[in-house]
Amino acid sequence: MSEKIWSGRQSPVWRKNVGLAEMLKGGVIMDVVTSEQAVIAAEAGASAVMALERVPADIRADGGVSRMSDPKMIKGIQEAVSIPVMAKCRIGHFMEARILEALGVDFIDESEVLTPADDQYHVDKTAFKVPFVCGCRNLGEALRRIGEGAVMIRTKGEAGTGDVVEAVRHMRTLMDEIHALTVMPKDQLMSAARDMGAPYDLVEEVARIGRLPVPNFSAGGVATPADAALMMHLGAESVFVGSGIFKSGDPARRAKAIVEAVTHYNDPAKLAEISEDLGEPMVGINCDDLGEKERLASRGW
Amino acid sequence: MPDRKTIGVLALQGAFARHIDVVESLGAAAVEVRDPDDLPGIDALIIPGGESTAMSKMLVRWGLIEPLQNLIQGGLPVFGTCAGLILMADRLKDWDALPRLGGLNVTVARNAYGRQLDSFEASLNINIPGSPEFSESVMEGIFIRAPRIPADGVGSGVEVLCSYDGFPVLVRQNNIVGAAFHPELTGDNRLHEWFLRDIITTY
Repeated sequence: MSEKIWSGRQSPVWRKNVGLAEMLKGGVIMDVVTSEQAVIAAEAGASAVMALERVPADIRADGGVSRMSDPKMIKGIQEAVSIPVMAKCRIGHFMEARILEALGVDFIDESEVLTPADDQYHVDKTAFKVPFVCGCRNLGEALRRIGEGAVMIRTKGEAGTGDVVEAVRHMRTLMDEIHALTVMPKDQLMSAARDMGAPYDLVEEVARIGRLPVPNFSAGGVATPADAALMMHLGAESVFVGSGIFKSGDPARRAKAIVEAVTHYNDPAKLAEISEDLGEPMVGINCDDLGEKERLASRGW
Repeated sequence: MPDRKTIGVLALQGAFARHIDVVESLGAAAVEVRDPDDLPGIDALIIPGGESTAMSKMLVRWGLIEPLQNLIQGGLPVFGTCAGLILMADRLKDWDALPRLGGLNVTVARNAYGRQLDSFEASLNINIPGSPEFSESVMEGIFIRAPRIPADGVGSGVEVLCSYDGFPVLVRQNNIVGAAFHPELTGDNRLHEWFLRDIITTY
């Protein structure tokens, strides 16, 4: 790896943490709220589980402040499954992150799904040994998070809706902006970095390699195997599914189908077979019906 | 000029894209293997890292176990890294019922080094007779929630090509090579070169 580009200068801890993100590619990371659900997810072939107290659809419905999960519940899930266990901290809440690190979670999601704890700053993720994933809506946001130390990016979508439109919008925006950098003359990159509010070194690397320097997953609104396959075609390397599984009629079956769809995203005949007879999908909320204040994706700076 | 080799890379889940990058950078062709239709024409198979439980379910679901076992018994060269080592192991310490390929006479303990906080990078002294390029310098190995072969877990017919901290981390039994670490993540492609050069031409 060239020493000149940004990723070639990162620490062994960064490398091993990007390595875990690499291992999660081509798979599905599922939100679970109990150890029973974690077992169902692992049995379905999830590559990791996200331990949280309420899935985003319920966070939306219940309102109020949404925080890091109870450590007891996270420990129960760690004991129940052998696959990696992730957990969420609030944006900027570095003490929730420290607690999750002390619990030995395998990945922390600094997530807009929880109520932000800081309205200006995100966690300095380079100060941690545990890997972080963060959400983005565009390339500037992705590169700011990577600059802060995130080793995995997920496009945000709109969590808890079951409506894939925002996930598509964010992934298309990200991929278009990456592509634009690859064909931009070098003397324009500094202005591009200024305009998108991104570190110059990272802009330069993306222009050179044509992708993010860390794995790029999709989240927020995936509810069916076809949704998952769509996101893989648009550039996602893996898919997070939150409410889409355990708010559906037959979670075990749907979970397995979405896992299979991520592997065979390029085979419509297999996708047809995979999509058959899965029971009711989650009911869902049309993103157009959400007011600006109800949108989780706009949290993050 | 030797024929251009075609390497199948098991692409059910995990770090298969990184292996494909390495294989192609070395001048071989790579084919993503997702079901039995992808197997004809491959000269070797790489099983990447990832989640062994997830890969195991898909091996069963898409009917890959028996065709792959037949090819491997017939001499198909296989290189399994991390989860790939688990799927090739004859014995698993904690969950022996996991459906897998087997064929490598070793015992493997899954996640034996601990959680992600315990993952590490280490300098490895690799000793492969007839391959002096490995004695020139150490190879960096990244161990990610890695499996461990206990010291007494190596059965007959298995050569230990590298140990770290008292545990075998690179083993070979005829056409099957297994690594507990990730040679595809560091940019040092010597193990892939050796696999393509020596193992494939021997079998």
